[in-house]
Amino acid sequence: MLGKLSWAALPLDQPIPMIASGVVALAILGVLAFVTFKGWVPYLWREWITSVDHKRIGVMYIVLALVMLIRGFADAIMMRSQQAVAFHGAGYLAPEHYNQIFSAHGTIMIFFGAMPFIIGLMNFVVPLQLGDRDVAFPTLNSVSFWLTATGALLVNISLVIGEFARTGWLPYPPLSELKYSPGVGVDYYLWAIQISGVGTLLTGVNFVTTILKMRAPGMGYLRMPMFCWTALAANLLIVAAFPILTATLAMLSLDRYLGFHFFTNEGGGNVMMFMNLIWAWGHPEVYILVLPCFGIFSEVISTFSSKPLFGYRSMVAATLFICLVSFTVWLHHFFTMGAGPDVNAVFGIATSVIAVGTGVKIYNWMFTLYGGRIRFTTPMLWSLGFMVTFVIGGMTGVLLAIPPADFVLHNSMFLVAHFHNVIIGGVLFGVFAGYTYWFPKAFGFTLDEGWGKAAFWFTLVGFYVTFIPLYVAGLLGMTRRLQHYDVAGWKPWLTWAAIGTAVTAVGVICQVVQLVVSIRRRDALRDTTGDPWDGRSLEWSTASPPPAFNFAVLPNVEGEEAYWSLKQTAREQNRLREEPAYEDLEAPRNSPTGFVCAFFATVVGFALIWHIWWMAVIGLIGAYATFVVFAWRDTAEYRIPAAEVAKIDRANRSARQDALATYTGPRP
Amino acid sequence: MSPYGYGRSRRSDIAHTGVIAAARWCCVAAPILGLSGCEASVLDPQGPVGAQEKIILLNSLAIMLAIVIPTLLATLGFAWWFRASNTKAKFLPDFVYSGRIELVVWAIPVLTITFLGGLIWIGSHELDPARPIPSPSPTTEVQVVSLDWKWLFIYPQEGVASVNQLVIPAGRPVHFTLTSASVMNVFFVPQLGSEIYTMNGMATQLNLQADHPGVFYGQSAHFSGDGFSDMHFEVKALAPTDYAAWLAGARGSGQTLDQGAYAGLAQQNTVARPFTYRGVAPDLFQAILSQRAPPGPGPDDGRGGSGVSPRSPSAHASAPNAKVETSHAG
Repeated sequence: MLGKLSWAALPLDQPIPMIASGVVALAILGVLAFVTFKGWVPYLWREWITSVDHKRIGVMYIVLALVMLIRGFADAIMMRSQQAVAFHGAGYLAPEHYNQIFSAHGTIMIFFGAMPFIIGLMNFVVPLQLGDRDVAFPTLNSVSFWLTATGALLVNISLVIGEFARTGWLPYPPLSELKYSPGVGVDYYLWAIQISGVGTLLTGVNFVTTILKMRAPGMGYLRMPMFCWTALAANLLIVAAFPILTATLAMLSLDRYLGFHFFTNEGGGNVMMFMNLIWAWGHPEVYILVLPCFGIFSEVISTFSSKPLFGYRSMVAATLFICLVSFTVWLHHFFTMGAGPDVNAVFGIATSVIAVGTGVKIYNWMFTLYGGRIRFTTPMLWSLGFMVTFVIGGMTGVLLAIPPADFVLHNSMFLVAHFHNVIIGGVLFGVFAGYTYWFPKAFGFTLDEGWGKAAFWFTLVGFYVTFIPLYVAGLLGMTRRLQHYDVAGWKPWLTWAAIGTAVTAVGVICQVVQLVVSIRRRDALRDTTGDPWDGRSLEWSTASPPPAFNFAVLPNVEGEEAYWSLKQTAREQNRLREEPAYEDLEAPRNSPTGFVCAFFATVVGFALIWHIWWMAVIGLIGAYATFVVFAWRDTAEYRIPAAEVAKIDRANRSARQDALATYTGPRP
Repeated sequence: MSPYGYGRSRRSDIAHTGVIAAARWCCVAAPILGLSGCEASVLDPQGPVGAQEKIILLNSLAIMLAIVIPTLLATLGFAWWFRASNTKAKFLPDFVYSGRIELVVWAIPVLTITFLGGLIWIGSHELDPARPIPSPSPTTEVQVVSLDWKWLFIYPQEGVASVNQLVIPAGRPVHFTLTSASVMNVFFVPQLGSEIYTMNGMATQLNLQADHPGVFYGQSAHFSGDGFSDMHFEVKALAPTDYAAWLAGARGSGQTLDQGAYAGLAQQNTVARPFTYRGVAPDLFQAILSQRAPPGPGPDDGRGGSGVSPRSPSAHASAPNAKVETSHAG
């Protein structure tokens, strides 16, 4: 009746996971009870859970990402402390537990921390920067989000019921095959990633369509803000690469569920095919994460240098160059498989060639700083921290791209330090820059600068104290994923890394405190104009938080930096543009489709993991029925009367008029 | 011959001096930092392959630092000088494009990468793991099999085998042929150089050499399951006479590795102390490679039912930290 599920799936005999999962479960129940007691459920259902507004979906993506980043960081603390103490001994985490932790850490950080953060920021910002009212397919957008949340939920259910994969964040066969991993861990991984992967692919389709087809009048391709360009490149990569991931994991699932032999040792299976396919997705994935961050840095550096981005067209070219070349480098993840010198050399050179595009970007940011009037706000600190850290990480990346050097560094702690150097220095710094930069746009008040700067400095110092020692450990021959070790030379470096993690933890705490303090002090931090940073692109031309319809009238774009030119004209003439003629607007109706569909997806995923076939069938029927009901809906949109539009826009215009009157900066 | 040349004595370039200095620094700093030695450092190579890989590593690092350091300094310098509060800095809001700068900005990375590209092409060919090491001495053949979770070394020319201990003659090239009995692993002796994957049903090739007698640390460099952390081995490079003596000793003790003993060895467990086999069934490596000897069985419990969770009591019996020794130990 319940497939493989039994009481044995609960960690009743294991104190650490039992207590951890118990605390998490109690915390979740507590939050739910609090929300219900306060009577917030109808509001959350109406305004957030069923919302198809790209801004609300973006915020929910980022909330999910923040929670998952903390979850993944808890794993990181356990890994670093285990390695610090497990010299000549077993430490405090048994292998079957430790192996789940590093697998969960990578999976959660990439798929449920970094990806939702990036997609959340794109959701919130891209339609505003393009001068749109929403994305191309608003309900599909909601489905994407909730499917991502389903994946995150399944990974976290594995903490309590059963186990998570013990195969690393990419389940290399034959270790991940049924013969060597008979438990449900790999199945949790497969269905969590498959379901959230569908969500990500739909996001890619949605955003490629939005950016190609829905720009404001006059917004030609070469007038798009840099973040939109990088979002376009990242979403093209999603559309091209995620089907490879889905197909690869589907083949592994067929091996595990139906006795196929795609990647098994027996029956003509080929493990090298898995490596090639997973990295044909995996390397573009790296650029799916980092390209939008390059866009964020471009926006932030330009805004806080009070200058347009230097070499805009060159930046666009470099972005598309990286986008293309990222598909030609996957083999550098296994130079040590004996592919032969010609193959290794070609992929090594292709990999280094990517550094050309990145180098060009670094220099263009550098010359954006040159001649600027630089304000060192929190987002700007994250950006400068990125420029320094990412250059170092890029350099060690090129070292690893040289096959003979990789022959002694592959899979070492040097590699671990390298990819954390680029992912923390590039992606994490990027999303934090974006988070502090666009937070006032989303909520109408800025984040506290003092706590923000403290979070930056602790995170930066913590990063270097953690990962410079790991570079050294790698040079001392240490391989990754060791649960214990006997080489004395590694111990001091791993101790330093654990200290660094403690410093980073202070940064994480500052980040949380910043949010709490800012919410409490929101009246003092209020921004009424909608343009707290003296911004240059269209999102700053509307109110904060933007109304449901984003723009009262669609902007007419007449050059690069659409909003900056309008603002300069206003400053020159010392008055705003004429008030436009307001009209009735139509906006998409909210829909529970995404949430209900994700509920059934969770049922299907859970049922397939535990081989509860009847439940899987019910879930599939439920998900299909949800779409049928959605397809039969009578009214897709609701009307916002012109008077309402006028009221909202006039309030914002009056705040901007006041700001203009008291403006003391340079006038053109 | 390669531009780097085999053998340490023939090199006298500047990079080499730097290499020596770095190695010395490593060994000098080690005790200060609480290190008990450089027993696994790739910066302290003990053979020609590792030595060349270290030079390539350090040379590439030097090439890149030549542009990375000025870039970092310029970034921080520009950011500081053009701070809003600095009234002496000139505000240039229209400085948004310069053809000359764009040319330089594209040229610097392109030239660096062109240079590195040449190094990659030459280095990949010179240090191809399958490429024999030229030497007047005879080459020793070793067949390597990764098992769950131990290493089997077969000496086909000598008819002996060892587990978790690799003994090789110093100063002579060694040719390894590698495969896996179950999941993937990576054979890696950091001080000798190149690592290489072991995969079931496939044979990879690797050539290494230890210049002088010594004991080195070897490990699996690819995660292979719960016993992975215990999958390290000792590499002993012996003077040729000592090597011959070791072989004689190995022939005179221990069991014979036939199909039955191999089936026992293929079970999932870890091996606390290394041991040897006096004889090896001829063709055992071929049998593993062609799967005539079936791939490793994997965990013996946990298939469905209550064993789906590693936390269920039945799975604890084979927990790898229990350090089950095989019956051949000795």
